Amino acid sequence: MKALILVGGYGTRLRPLTLSVPKPLVEFCNKPILLHQVEALVKAGVRHVILAVSYMSDLLEREMRAQEQRLGIKISLSHEKEPLGTAGPLALARELLTDSDEPFFVLNSDVICDFPFEDMLKFHKNHGKEGTIVVTKVEEPSKYGVVVYEGETGRIHRFVEKPQVFVSNKINAGMYIFSPSMLRRIQLRPTSIEKEIFPVMAEEGQLYAMELQGFWMDIGQPKDFLTGMCMYLQSVRQNAPERLRTGPGFLGNVLVDPTAVIGENCTIGPNVTIGAGVVLEDGVRIKRCTVLRGAHIRSHSWLESCIVGWSSSVGQWVRMENVTVLGEDVIVSDELYINGANVLPHKSITDSVPEPRIIM
Amino acid sequence: MSDSVFNLKMLKAVILIGGPQKGTRFRPLSFEVPKPLFPVAGVPMLQHHIEACAKVPNMKEIILIGFYQPNEELNRFIASAQQEFKFSVRYLQEFAALGTGGGIYHFRDQILSGGPSAFFLMNADVCSEFPLQDMLHFHHQRGNSHCGIILGTTANRKQSLNYGCIVENQETNEVLHFVEKPSTFVSEIINCGIYLFTPEIFAHIGTVFKRNQEDRLLEEPPCGRQLRELIRLEQDIFTMLAARKQLYVYKTQHFWSQIKSAGSAIYASRLYLKRYNETHPERLARNQEGGPKIIGNVYIHQTATIDSTAVLGPNVSIGKGVIIGAGVRVRESIVLHGASLQDHCCVLNSIVGWDSTIGKWARVEGTPSDPNPNDPYAKIDSETLFRDGGLTPSITILGCNVNIPSEVIIRNSIVLPHKDLNRSFKNQIIL
Repeated sequence: MKALILVGGYGTRLRPLTLSVPKPLVEFCNKPILLHQVEALVKAGVRHVILAVSYMSDLLEREMRAQEQRLGIKISLSHEKEPLGTAGPLALARELLTDSDEPFFVLNSDVICDFPFEDMLKFHKNHGKEGTIVVTKVEEPSKYGVVVYEGETGRIHRFVEKPQVFVSNKINAGMYIFSPSMLRRIQLRPTSIEKEIFPVMAEEGQLYAMELQGFWMDIGQPKDFLTGMCMYLQSVRQNAPERLRTGPGFLGNVLVDPTAVIGENCTIGPNVTIGAGVVLEDGVRIKRCTVLRGAHIRSHSWLESCIVGWSSSVGQWVRMENVTVLGEDVIVSDELYINGANVLPHKSITDSVPEPRIIM
Repeated sequence: MSDSVFNLKMLKAVILIGGPQKGTRFRPLSFEVPKPLFPVAGVPMLQHHIEACAKVPNMKEIILIGFYQPNEELNRFIASAQQEFKFSVRYLQEFAALGTGGGIYHFRDQILSGGPSAFFLMNADVCSEFPLQDMLHFHHQRGNSHCGIILGTTANRKQSLNYGCIVENQETNEVLHFVEKPSTFVSEIINCGIYLFTPEIFAHIGTVFKRNQEDRLLEEPPCGRQLRELIRLEQDIFTMLAARKQLYVYKTQHFWSQIKSAGSAIYASRLYLKRYNETHPERLARNQEGGPKIIGNVYIHQTATIDSTAVLGPNVSIGKGVIIGAGVRVRESIVLHGASLQDHCCVLNSIVGWDSTIGKWARVEGTPSDPNPNDPYAKIDSETLFRDGGLTPSITILGCNVNIPSEVIIRNSIVLPHKDLNRSFKNQIIL
């Protein structure tokens, strides 16, 4: 089986992290975002993953070659010369996707959840039509486009963009499975699959919705990245609690790479991910953060709701909060207060940032 | 008359300490202790004045004049000063705020009793090296026909407008013109609020006093709102005495600052702590085995308990019985007696009130209002609390018995006494 992952462009929403590393390779809970998806696909029987990218990156190519080896699958990069939207990339990869009659998966690269690929395949084969999309429940449907479908069969009636009166609380979760015949609907030009293709398929009775169980998050921007981390760690707590670190000084769900070094009298958690080679000195307090590989947090600092970029260094008695994101190799001097800053890579900060802003 | 003869004559000093209606810019700290007794560099503000007086030969008496009701703090301070120094220390209470001239005039008999040849007059809310002996020497050099020496210092043109401005004869240093807080630039020489007077000053104050009495009797209705006895030395006396060979200005190059706001208390602490290197090295904390890390000039009261992993300084004063936990950081701050700073908390540019508690990993931070470091004549701005409709960022002040919970930030805020906070606050006055 095959899968197409819509990686897209520069991942600008996740800057400043994506200024150093292509978005698919940014670690989410100590594993590159893309690998969460690819490994789940492999588990469901996928043997060929196609990444639809609109910019080329040596780093991504190299990493994908390595993953091909590791997972024993084929990974192709399908490069768009111009951005083709969410449907165009399917046309570009048409030949790869139509060399058998098997259905194939399509997914947005920013989605994190307990991927239900096997259930999708079963559900799809069961209704036998052209497409299945996964939907997930949201609290405030008026912010999204919602999917109206028949509760029993899942047959989709229509899509409503930002509904003002309640029609449904299910939204498109960005994961699909299609039969190859569906590709005839798509031409090689910039096209939105959600706006131009799905409504027609729904009208023709060819599109079904499968409801996702469990958590779901689009982690394409830092605030949601952290929220998604909390959800993911909770799911680890339920499914594989032995992966989480516990003991004195650890609160709630905390994921720590075995190569990280943690000092004395620290209090870590809840909802913290500590990457490989990270050093936390004595007396650090950290909650609801992701600390990426090689970062160093010095004594007595206090961090909440931050992403600390690779190899960054945070001084002593620093207070950092409110979705502060440090890019790669940022240095924060001692005793500063950093509130909601977005700091570009290789920057050295010597003054407090009392109100949210971007540090170029 | 030669210097040596002068030196044998007896001297006194008068310190004007004001009263509870003054020093409101010092709230909420002045709720708990009269402002002149607020600790600066570990000792009451007034102690610095008295220690300077103690170095002057033939100093026989210090008189505090103000309109505070006698109170326990003041009594205790006077008793301990009395014990420490060999001269008498007394408090004379005005029946009302009589002004900088009215107060001393009212108590002139007490000041002159025993026949001092001259007396110093000082405002309590200044911080200075108090070059009293230099003033005395300068006074002798100017002969004995004048009645006063004003200590002057240089300010920049803009800030000079906030002070009494002095124009001098550059050769003789005679005061040619004096104006209090002019609206346009007059002179860069400003009045430090520290004077040396001969008893003749009372004749001049007396002239103004009598004229005021007569003027006000003629007023319709008689006895206007203003107190008949109110005399301001600056506006009523100095302005009149200028250019009459009665007043001279002695200009100091040494440090001087007003202590109007709580923010200026931290600045004044820094100046005094630095001076301790010469005057009181025993008051400065040293790095030693098993002790906290000390950076720069730090005062620690001997009864304070401080974890060896704490880092203090520069410019930190730690009061009596204060407890400082592991990994605590304090910089540019005053921690008043009985306060408790729990593990890993960070206190910057703040005053922590008596018996207050700061929780683990909390951050208490203010914005310093230091004078421009690149201008040698810059003074600290006695800032207004509000500007452009918002609270001016300033040092953070926790009043007495305030509780700050763990892990919050209190920034650029003033917390009134006896508050238990339950979250972070920024740029607010918390009633």
